[in-house]
Amino acid sequence: MIPAAFDYHRADTLDEALKLLKKHGDDAKVLSGGMSLLPMLKLRLASFAHLVDINRVPGLDYIKEEKGTLRIGAMTRQAALERSDVIKSKYPILADAVPLIADPLVRNRGTIGGNVANGDPGNDQPAIMIALGATFIVRGAKERSVAANQFYKGLYDTALARSEILTEIRIPVPPLKSGGAYTKLKRKTGDFAVAAAAVQLTLGKYGAVERAGIALTNAGLTPIEAVDAAKYLVGKMPDEKTIAEAAKMAAAKSAPSADRRGSVEYKKEMARVLTARALHKAVQRAGGS
Amino acid sequence: MSEPRTDAKICGMGHSMKRKEDPRFIRGQGRYIDDHVLPGMLYMDIVRSPHAHAKIKKINTAKALKIPGVLAVIDGPTLAKYNLHWMPTISGDTQMVLPIDEVMYQAQEVCAVIATERYIAADGVDAVEVEYEPLPVMVDPHKSLAPGAPVLRKDKEGKKDNLAFHWQAGDKADAERALAASDVVISENVYLPRIHVASMETCGCIADFDTAQGKLTVYMTTQAPHAVRTVLALVAGHVGLSEEKIRVVSPDIGGGFGGKVPVYPGYVVAIAASVVIGKPVKWIEDRMENLQADSFARDYHMKVELGAKRDGTMTSLKIKTVADHGYSNASANPSKFPAGLFSICTGSYDLKHAFCEVDAAYTHKPPGGVAYRCSFRVTEAVHAIERATDALAQKLNMDPAELRMKNFIKPEQFPYKSVLGWEYDSGNYGAALKKAMDIIGYDALRREQAEKRKKGELMGIGISSFTEIVGAGPSRDFDILGIKMFDSAEIRVHPTGKAIARFGTKSQGQGHETTYAQIVAEELGIPAAHVQVEEGDTDTAPYGLGTYASRSTPTSGAAAALASRKIRDKARKIAAHLLEVSEQDLEWEPGKFFVKGAPQMAKTIQECAFAAYTNHPQGMEAGLEAVHYYDPPNLTFPFGSYICVVDIDRGTGDVKVRRFVAVDDCGNIINPMIVDGQIHGGLTQGIGPALYEEISYDDEGNISGGSFLDYYVPTALETPKWETDKTITPSPHHPLGAKGVGESATVGAPPAIANAVVDALRHLGVTHLDIPITPEKVWTILKNKGVAE
Ligand SMILES: Cc1cc2nc3c(=O)[nH]c(=O)nc-3n(C[C@H](O)[C@H](O)[C@H](O)COP(=O)(O)OP(=O)(O)OC[C@H]3O[C@@H](n4cnc5c(N)ncnc54)[C@H](O)[C@@H]3O)c2cc1C
Repeated sequence: MIPAAFDYHRADTLDEALKLLKKHGDDAKVLSGGMSLLPMLKLRLASFAHLVDINRVPGLDYIKEEKGTLRIGAMTRQAALERSDVIKSKYPILADAVPLIADPLVRNRGTIGGNVANGDPGNDQPAIMIALGATFIVRGAKERSVAANQFYKGLYDTALARSEILTEIRIPVPPLKSGGAYTKLKRKTGDFAVAAAAVQLTLGKYGAVERAGIALTNAGLTPIEAVDAAKYLVGKMPDEKTIAEAAKMAAAKSAPSADRRGSVEYKKEMARVLTARALHKAVQRAGGS
Repeated sequence: MSEPRTDAKICGMGHSMKRKEDPRFIRGQGRYIDDHVLPGMLYMDIVRSPHAHAKIKKINTAKALKIPGVLAVIDGPTLAKYNLHWMPTISGDTQMVLPIDEVMYQAQEVCAVIATERYIAADGVDAVEVEYEPLPVMVDPHKSLAPGAPVLRKDKEGKKDNLAFHWQAGDKADAERALAASDVVISENVYLPRIHVASMETCGCIADFDTAQGKLTVYMTTQAPHAVRTVLALVAGHVGLSEEKIRVVSPDIGGGFGGKVPVYPGYVVAIAASVVIGKPVKWIEDRMENLQADSFARDYHMKVELGAKRDGTMTSLKIKTVADHGYSNASANPSKFPAGLFSICTGSYDLKHAFCEVDAAYTHKPPGGVAYRCSFRVTEAVHAIERATDALAQKLNMDPAELRMKNFIKPEQFPYKSVLGWEYDSGNYGAALKKAMDIIGYDALRREQAEKRKKGELMGIGISSFTEIVGAGPSRDFDILGIKMFDSAEIRVHPTGKAIARFGTKSQGQGHETTYAQIVAEELGIPAAHVQVEEGDTDTAPYGLGTYASRSTPTSGAAAALASRKIRDKARKIAAHLLEVSEQDLEWEPGKFFVKGAPQMAKTIQECAFAAYTNHPQGMEAGLEAVHYYDPPNLTFPFGSYICVVDIDRGTGDVKVRRFVAVDDCGNIINPMIVDGQIHGGLTQGIGPALYEEISYDDEGNISGGSFLDYYVPTALETPKWETDKTITPSPHHPLGAKGVGESATVGAPPAIANAVVDALRHLGVTHLDIPITPEKVWTILKNKGVAE
């Protein structure tokens, strides 16, 4: 587990980092927490001639609510999310998920930006971002924003160009009577999901579903947005039967592959079971019954 | 014995003394193999086969040799020049060091790159091009043993099948007759999968050949340094290595668990490279090499039949095993016991009829069969009998605790001669089970289970009442490659009353530096803090067979006690001389001799030691030291009863261990805290195979479970709170009444967990589940029975 040789560049500003990326083109790769990139390099599954380290770039590490938007800097560590009072009090979907990501050591280094930019369907944050209706702010030659559910193109293939850096994640502050949940089945601490479901709901005045975001982790080549299931829920009372039906619809969208964690059949079933459980929790947290 | 005889200052047996080795381990100041750096050292990295079976058509090294810093590529033909391309295994089989033209398992060593830096060596490995022609692969040991199967070991002249060995114990006809006459017989196919020791530190060495002196020093992660030295002298004599010019040093070891007993090809290649190049060569496996190429255990396919009378009295046991040894029988079993101590399979029960046999098969997998934290196939034996006992209870509709109580060997039957030939030294099995049942609240749990079952909730209670067999020798039965399995202690007391003690064993985390010091303290009254323990350097330590199979306390621990007693005998003479009384007038209490009836007339052991160098009696040799080579009269038979409670998630099939009570009996205890630590670690290495760990191969011989991404070693978060307790039944033959304890929990825990899961599913008609019990296995049952969420 010895990586091939590479040049290491430590950028002190965002502009410097962008300049380096531009200069080295396809030979360059952004290094943030390194918790996905370094294992790939060590196993020689990938190799890049230039790593551009953005850990010292100032101003990318924050969690703040402003004008109806939760803004999280790309370099915010998972451990910081785990400790954040804002997250704990208002974003139970993240509060559920973060302690289930990897292990404490990895969470001390791993960043939310790296997690969503990585493009690995095993990452937990992408499905959560889709369920929350998040937007990613990306800086290249200029700044642009991409909706989370438009970001993932394929296995390790995202809307990011090689010369771009993801700088911020924007999440609409959930209105009253909202609730979210993340349910994940894994073989052990440090393992990626056998299956996992992210759910974010808002209920209307009489308890019917007003908005629903549902997405699945490790259920295909990209995070899977369960659009049909979410649509189906809107306008309905989230009772046992409706939830069961929505969970079934979500699972039908999953296309996992078999591995040590389980067969295709098992994983699809787990997508259903976990979606149902996440929906129940989310409804409860939104103040429904 | 439960109260210490010595005070806290002396810290003899029974004190939970903090481990002397921990300050350096906790501060990161341990010196493991990779911490060693020698001047001018070169690095070796290994090219491994991606195929499980293939012809090597060509090894092209040109690109690798062009990389600046790559000095050499060593392949099979290079070694063949020195006749070092094959080596014997500890079990008397043979194994390639590097292949000439054919690879026999995935990850097999193909050639090695020697370079000036570790990173350059890895680049060199990347640049070596090997052309293979894939050949048919045999992964199934049953197919391998079937008539007409293609012969794998064509290197063995005249070999016409793939049987590595056949071994059996007991009277087959008698066992079968008794089974036929039984009222009920259960039969289960029990598979213990291939697993890996996954020690924190992988394997590695630095081979350092001094060309001027012709002396080879090998720093090596080995559990048996002396045995390695002798084997090296025997196999490499023809290239000029002779035993006085070989020094094996085993530094701090980050976990061995049996995986560091065998000699792997990498060690031999590194040694050959150093001898040829004349510089030190370091080789350290990376994690995936370790998980894919060596240190594999278990892989036992057992058919277990157990008979009983209607009232539950067990009558007869029969086990037929197919053992998958991979490409070579490279496990480390005593010569006369190719299937280890598997014939302990009658367990804790008074069985009058039994038979067991093992057919070992060659397959295209890496050599397996390492005794992973287990005294040679005892884990397999215990799993078989403990699972079968539960299946029998189920068939008889009897409580599994009651069935065990009924069939236990009774305390008054010890020493007990088992039908398969062992003499159990001591035991009180009923007391241990009773204690475990009381602690966990067995009856209340059974009531809770009944309530839950009515509501459709799945909860199970599992028992394992195991008996181990550890501490090999005695040397009349036990040897490895002809070397008898005694072990040794050498103690020197310095003039100021402090001591150094050296042993033929080698700690890998077990805490020998503390335990042995406490034994010396117990026997001599020299504070344990003043006893420096050393192991692992063959130039200084007395000869011994090393540490595995829970043998250190039974052998070297006994040697420590007896060597101490020799020293005490001499000290008594010195004390008599100093006090001007006769030896018979002296009484001993830990730390001093005093005159009977006049306790103020006394000489401490320290005073005696000083006199041994300054004022010893005329005609007595100066100095105060002793050596003892201890050949145990029998093995020791630690035992225990474990009870575990599991809850099963009906939606996912996930098993959660809610409680786990472990009552262990290892005879008299030297350091209770260390024993507890051994049990905790062992239990964790029991839950691993029970619920998580497995190495398997697809039809092409590709490994699954070859990295920590899919070899699921449990962490602290997966382990329940272990509730440990003990009973104490001393060994009658060990000088301290102690038994080995390093492996009890690894051996005893898996069947407790498996029994609990089966118990939770019993009402659905489930009688057996192979480990690891994955969520999907459980869920599949729930789905098929129509009870999944
Ligand atoms: C043992 C282990 C277990 C794990 N388990 C889980 C798990 O259960 N769930 C889970 O979600 N993850 C898991 N991970 C992955 C972990 O969460 C990583 O931290 C995360 O995937 C990547 O974040 P990072 O900051 O470490 O990014 P890096 O590893 O530094 O980078 C990852 C990729 O993203 C790119 N990148 C990083 N930051 C940016 C940016 N700001 N802009 C543009 N591109 C960027 C890099 O170029 C690289 O391609 C695990 C990792 C390990 C080692």
